[in-house]
Amino acid sequence: MSCIVDLCIVFITLISVAASLTIVRLVKGPTAPDRAVAMDILTNITIVLLVIIGFYFKRFIYLDVALVYGILAFVGVIALARYLEGGL
Amino acid sequence: MWTQYLIWIFLGIGLTFNGLGAIGLLRFPDVYTRLHAATKATTFGSIFTSLAVVTFAFTQLYLNGKMANLQLGLHTIVAIASLLLTNPVGAHAIARAAHRSGVKPEKAVVDKLAEVKK
Repeated sequence: MSCIVDLCIVFITLISVAASLTIVRLVKGPTAPDRAVAMDILTNITIVLLVIIGFYFKRFIYLDVALVYGILAFVGVIALARYLEGGL
Repeated sequence: MWTQYLIWIFLGIGLTFNGLGAIGLLRFPDVYTRLHAATKATTFGSIFTSLAVVTFAFTQLYLNGKMANLQLGLHTIVAIASLLLTNPVGAHAIARAAHRSGVKPEKAVVDKLAEVKK
């Protein structure tokens, strides 16, 4: 089972590459909804990264951090969407 | 244990779909197609990555019976549930906001939603 824990380093590296691709879209995006989509996807990838990091270092507090971060980012995305459609 | 091959497969599926979502976000032409590619692919990939952790936790619980592994598995299941609830709602809100703020689909010839709201 220890080889799975070693595999996590490869996984963290490759998922960081995916996160950097979303950061490219976040910087480059032509319109504001593009940036909102990129922020949403970056949140999603960060939650996966937090779960894997908590699993790798055996610190289970990271799972609770991932859960609370997901819920707060959801509230943020809803507020951003309300602002973009002009209701805020 | 045979579950370690299951964990490899789950991690591979999660990594593939997260990477495809990021590439789709980078390469597609307008907001709606980017949202379509990125949200669905990343939700699917996140579910499978978390399922790998859940499988590992319950295998370790079966092998050595430590309660910390039960905590790992249950908290990851709660994280999956919150991801499943919040992700499609956020994507729908962004798509609605994009249409209302006047972003048109690339090369669109007909816009039924704008006709209905008029």
